[in-house]
Amino acid sequence: MADSSTIMGLHQEEEHHPQLLHHFADAGQQRDAASLGMWVFLATEVMFFGGMFCAYLIYRHWYFGDFGAASKSIDATLGATNTAVLICSSLTVVLAVWAAQTARRALLIGMLVVTMLFGLAFLGIKGYEYYQKFEEHHVPGASFSFDHVPIPGHPGEYANPRHAQIYFSLYFLMTGIHALHMIVGLGIFTWLLVMACKGRFTPEYYTPVEIGGLYWHFVDIIWIYLFPLLYLIDRHP
Amino acid sequence: MLNNFPLWPEQASTLAHRVDALYIFLLVVGGMMAVLIFVLLIYFAARFRHRPGVRAEQIEGSNALEITWSVIPFCVFMVIFIWSSALYFKERTPPADSSEIYVVAKQWMWKVEHAEGQREINELHVPVDRDIKLIMTSQDVIHSFFIPAFRIKQDVLPGRYSVEWFHATKPGVYHLFCSQYCGTQHSGMVGSIVVMEPAQYEAWVSGNPSGPLSASGEKEFAELGCSSCHRSDVQGRGPNLQGVFGKPVQLEDGRIVTADENYLRECILDPGSRRVKGYQPIMPTFQGLVTDEQINELVAYIKSIGANQSGAKTTARAAPPFTGKAQPSGNQVQ
Amino acid sequence: MSMEIAIPQTVERENYLNKEYGVWSWLLTTDHKRIALLYLVSITFFFFIGGFFALLIRLELLTPAGDLVQADTYNKLFTMHGMVMVFFFLIPSIPAVLGNFLVPMMVGAKDLAFPRINLLSWYLYIIGGAIMLHCMLTGGVDTGWTFYTPFSTNFTNTKIVEAGIAIFIAGFSSILTGLNFVVTIHRMRAPGMTWSRLPLFIWAHYATSIIQLLGTPVIAITIVLVACERALHLGIFDPKLGGDPLLFQHLFWFYSHPAVYIMILPSMGVITEIIACFSRKRIFGYHFVAFSSIAIAVFGFLVWAHHMFVAGISIYSALVFSFLSYAVALPSAIKVFNWTATLYKGSIHYDAPMLYAFGFLGLFTMGGLTGLFLAALGLDVHVHDTYFVIAHFHYIMVGGAVMGYLGGMHFWWPKISGKLYPEGWARLAALIVFIGFNLTFFPQFVLGYMGMPRRYYDYSHMPEFQVLNVLSTAGATVLGVGYLLPMIYFLWSMRYGKPASDNPWNAAGLEWKTASPPPTFNFDEEPVVTWEAYNYDELDAPPQKQEVTVG
Repeated sequence: MADSSTIMGLHQEEEHHPQLLHHFADAGQQRDAASLGMWVFLATEVMFFGGMFCAYLIYRHWYFGDFGAASKSIDATLGATNTAVLICSSLTVVLAVWAAQTARRALLIGMLVVTMLFGLAFLGIKGYEYYQKFEEHHVPGASFSFDHVPIPGHPGEYANPRHAQIYFSLYFLMTGIHALHMIVGLGIFTWLLVMACKGRFTPEYYTPVEIGGLYWHFVDIIWIYLFPLLYLIDRHP
Repeated sequence: MLNNFPLWPEQASTLAHRVDALYIFLLVVGGMMAVLIFVLLIYFAARFRHRPGVRAEQIEGSNALEITWSVIPFCVFMVIFIWSSALYFKERTPPADSSEIYVVAKQWMWKVEHAEGQREINELHVPVDRDIKLIMTSQDVIHSFFIPAFRIKQDVLPGRYSVEWFHATKPGVYHLFCSQYCGTQHSGMVGSIVVMEPAQYEAWVSGNPSGPLSASGEKEFAELGCSSCHRSDVQGRGPNLQGVFGKPVQLEDGRIVTADENYLRECILDPGSRRVKGYQPIMPTFQGLVTDEQINELVAYIKSIGANQSGAKTTARAAPPFTGKAQPSGNQVQ
Repeated sequence: MSMEIAIPQTVERENYLNKEYGVWSWLLTTDHKRIALLYLVSITFFFFIGGFFALLIRLELLTPAGDLVQADTYNKLFTMHGMVMVFFFLIPSIPAVLGNFLVPMMVGAKDLAFPRINLLSWYLYIIGGAIMLHCMLTGGVDTGWTFYTPFSTNFTNTKIVEAGIAIFIAGFSSILTGLNFVVTIHRMRAPGMTWSRLPLFIWAHYATSIIQLLGTPVIAITIVLVACERALHLGIFDPKLGGDPLLFQHLFWFYSHPAVYIMILPSMGVITEIIACFSRKRIFGYHFVAFSSIAIAVFGFLVWAHHMFVAGISIYSALVFSFLSYAVALPSAIKVFNWTATLYKGSIHYDAPMLYAFGFLGLFTMGGLTGLFLAALGLDVHVHDTYFVIAHFHYIMVGGAVMGYLGGMHFWWPKISGKLYPEGWARLAALIVFIGFNLTFFPQFVLGYMGMPRRYYDYSHMPEFQVLNVLSTAGATVLGVGYLLPMIYFLWSMRYGKPASDNPWNAAGLEWKTASPPPTFNFDEEPVVTWEAYNYDELDAPPQKQEVTVG
C-alpha cells in the first residue's frame, strides 16, 4: 500500500542524515511530504468508503423498516465492544507516537504491541459476529433467509426479506472492507514494530510511526461511523 | 423540404420539428462560434507568422476581454439551456388524454400490448394524429425505446415503468431501435413503427379477436383472488380500487402518494412497502407469480374501473370524472 | 534522409539514459524519467491493441450485414476497445508519461516526492494490464466499457470480475500517480518557484491529480460492488431485490465523467506550453488559464448525470445537471479564447508540435461545441446513445487528448531522447492524423443525428447508413497510418536522429535549462527561480543584452 512503501523509501540512502532521501532538500521537507502524502491518501479512502455510504443512505431511506429489522438481528453488544476496543487502540497509537517522539523505546514497542492486540481482538470479535450471521442464514446468496422478522415499532408487520438482503449485502461489504483495512493496518504495525525493535526511530525521525498512526486513526473513524449506521438503526431500549 | 435531404432523418412527429429547430439553432450558433475561432486562428497564424527581426509583443492579458468572452458565451448557453429544457419538459410530459400502449422489453424483442387487446412483437401500429403514451418495462436488462423519426428515446428499466409519448404526423413505416446496449443481439432488437390513417387503423384493430387489455385484467383480478379482498360492493380487507387511479393515497406512515402506474405495480409486487393507511399488512407478494404482461393487464383493469364507475361510487373529491386515461399529474413515471 | 550519425562532441555527458545499463536498471529504477519511459512503452503497446480493435470495428461496419465477425465478438471488440483505450491508454497517457517526466523538472525538483511509489504505480499498471490481457485472451467482456447493471451483474456470462480486477488495480496506479504529483507540486518546488510562476502544464496536472485522487476511488468501490454482486450474489443494484440499477449509473459516471477531464486537462497543459513557445509569448491571461483548470476539476464532479437524461432520472434533476454542464463548458471556452489570443502579435513558428497544437484547437473546439448539443436536454433525448455521442467524445478524447499527447511527445522528444525527430515526417504525420481523424469521425455526427444507435454490429435493417460508414472506415485507415508514422520515426531518431541541444526550441521552463537528456537528478545544481513563467521576452532579447539565467 502507499504508506508502507513511503516508509520503506525513507531509510534507503546514506548521505547526510541516514534517513534523508537524496531528492529531498532537508528532513523537514521529507517529513512534510510524507505526512501530506498520507493525508491525501486518506482523502481518497474517504471517497472509496463514500460510494458505499451513498448506497447505504439511499436504501436505508427507501427501506427504513426493513433495514431497522435487519439491523436489530445483529448483536449490538459485540459492536459496542468493538467500538470500545478501537477507541482504546487509538489511545495506544497516540501514546506510541509520543513515545517515539520522546525516545522512549520500550514504551513505543509496548504500545505498538498493545495496539496490535486490540486490532486482533477487533478482528476476532468481528469474525465471531460473521459466524453468527452465517449460522442464522443471514449471508446474502442462495441460502439467505429472513422470513417473518417483525419490523420494530410496527406490530404485525414483517420485513421484506429482499430488502433485508440489501442491508446484509451492505453490512458485509462495509464491515468486510473495513476489516481488510484493519488487516493492512496490522501489517503496517508489524513492520513498525520490527523497525522499532531495531531502534530505527529517533526524536528526529519518527515519521513512519506518525503516518502509520494517522492511517490507524482513519480506520477507527470509519468504524465510528459504521457502528451507529449498521447496528443502531432503529433500536429502542 | 428537409425530408428530401438524404442526410437528415425523417420528420414524422410533432416533436421532430421542435427538436430539429433546436438542432438547427445549435448548428448555427455552434457554427458561428467555430467560424469565429477558426477565422481568428488562421488569421493570427498567417498574420503573425515568424519574420526574422520581428519580435513577439508580450501582452499580459485583459480582464475586460476575459469577462467578455465568459459572459457572452454564458448568455448564449443560457438561451440554449432554457430552450432545450422547455422542449425536454414537453418530451417528458405525455398529454392528458393520450391513448395508452404497454411495452414489455426483453432480450431481444419488443412486446407490445394495445389497450384494445392486440399484441405485437417488434412492431407497433398506431394511428396518425393521436397522442400515444407508451408505458414500458423490461423483463431483464435495461433497454431503450428509440424512434429516430419521432426524435424520442427513453430507457426501459426492469422493475419499474418508464413512459414516453409521441404524436405521429405522417403515415409510414419508421425504424424502432433499442439504443441501450443489452447483449448479444442488441443490434437485432429493432422493429418498425407503422403509422396508419385512422380508418386503416380501425380496420387493423377490429381484425383482432381478443378482448381489450382491461378485460383480460379483470379475469386475472378474479383468478388471482384479488377480488376477494379488494371488493367494490362492501368494505373488504383491502382498499376499494374503484377510481383509485391517479388519486392521492395516504400511506400508513402518513405520506401521500399518487396512485400512478408505478405505485400500482409496486403494490402488487411488494405490498408491504407503501401500504395504504388503515389496512392490515396481509396482502401476499405476487413477485414471481405474475408476469410483466399480467401486471400490465391488472394495471389496465384498475385504471378502467376508475373510468367506468367514477363519481357516484367512489368517495373522490369533486374532481372531474375520470377519462380512464393518464392523469396529468406531475407524478409521471420517471 | 541523410544518415547523419551524431558526432560525439567530446565525451558524452552522463545522463539518465546512459548512467546504467541492463534490464534491472530499468525495472528497479526509481528515476521518474526512466519510469516515464517504462510507461511510454507500455501505453504504446496498449494503444496499438486498442487501435487494432478499433480497426476491426470499423471493418465490420463497412457493410451493413454482420459478416466479418459474430455478434458476440463484435460486442467484445468495442468493449475491449473502450476499456483498453480509456483505462490503459488515455488515463495514463499524458500524466504518466509526460507528467512523470516533466513535473519534477518543471518545478525544479530532483525527483517526485515518492519515487518508490512511482515505480509501484507502474507495476500496478502492468499487473492490471496483464490481467486485462489475460481476460481478453481468454474470452473478454461484452458489456461495453460502462458495465451497466443488471446486464453486467446478472445476465452476461463473460469475464466481468476479471476485467473489474484489472481496472481496479490500474485505478490504484492512477491514484498513486496523482498522489505523487500533488505532494510534489506542494512540497518540492525549487526556491523562487511560486505558484504563479508554475508553468500551466503543472496547473493542469494539479487539477488532473485532484480528479484522480477523488474520482478513482469511487469507480474502484463501484467495481467492487459489481464484482461482489456477480461473484458472491450480494444484491446492491439488483432490481429483483428492490435494488436500483440507476444507482450504479450514478456511481459509475461520478468517476467516469471526471475521467474525461483526466484525459483532456493534461492535454490542455501540453497545448499551453506549445502555443507559448511557438508564438514566443507569455500565455494570454495566465491566471484565467490556471484557474480554469481548477474550475474544470471542481465542476467536472457535478455534471455526471448528463449521461443519464433518458435513463429515468427526474425531470428536475436533469435540469440541474444540464445547467451545470453548461457551467463546466465555460472554463474550457475561456481556455480556447486565451490560446487564440496568445497568438495575437506573436511570432509564430510552424514546427510539428505547433501543427499538433493547431490540430488540437480545431478538433477540441469541434468536440466542445458538439458537447453543447448533448447538454441540451431536449436534443440529447434524440442523439443520446447514437453515433453523435461517439463522434463527440472521440473529438474530445482522441482529437483533443491524443493530439495533445502527440504534440507533447514531439515537443519534449529532444529532451527525452537527446535526439531530434525528422521534422518533415513529423509535419506530414500531423497533417495525416488531422485529415484522417476528421474523415473518420465527422460522418459519425451525421450518422448519429440520422439515428444510428451505437454498439450495433449489424445495420442491415437500415442500409441508408452505409455511405457514411464507409467514409468513416476509410478515415480510420488514414488515421491508423497517421498514428503509426510517429512511432516509426521516433524509434528511427533514437538511433539516427541528430543530437539535440539542451534547448532546441529556445523554450522557457526549467526543463530546458538542463542537459538533453537530463542527468539522473535533473539539475547539476539546484535551480533558483527569479523569473516569471513564459519569459519569452527575455529569451528572445537581442544577444548584446546580457542573458541572466540563474541556475
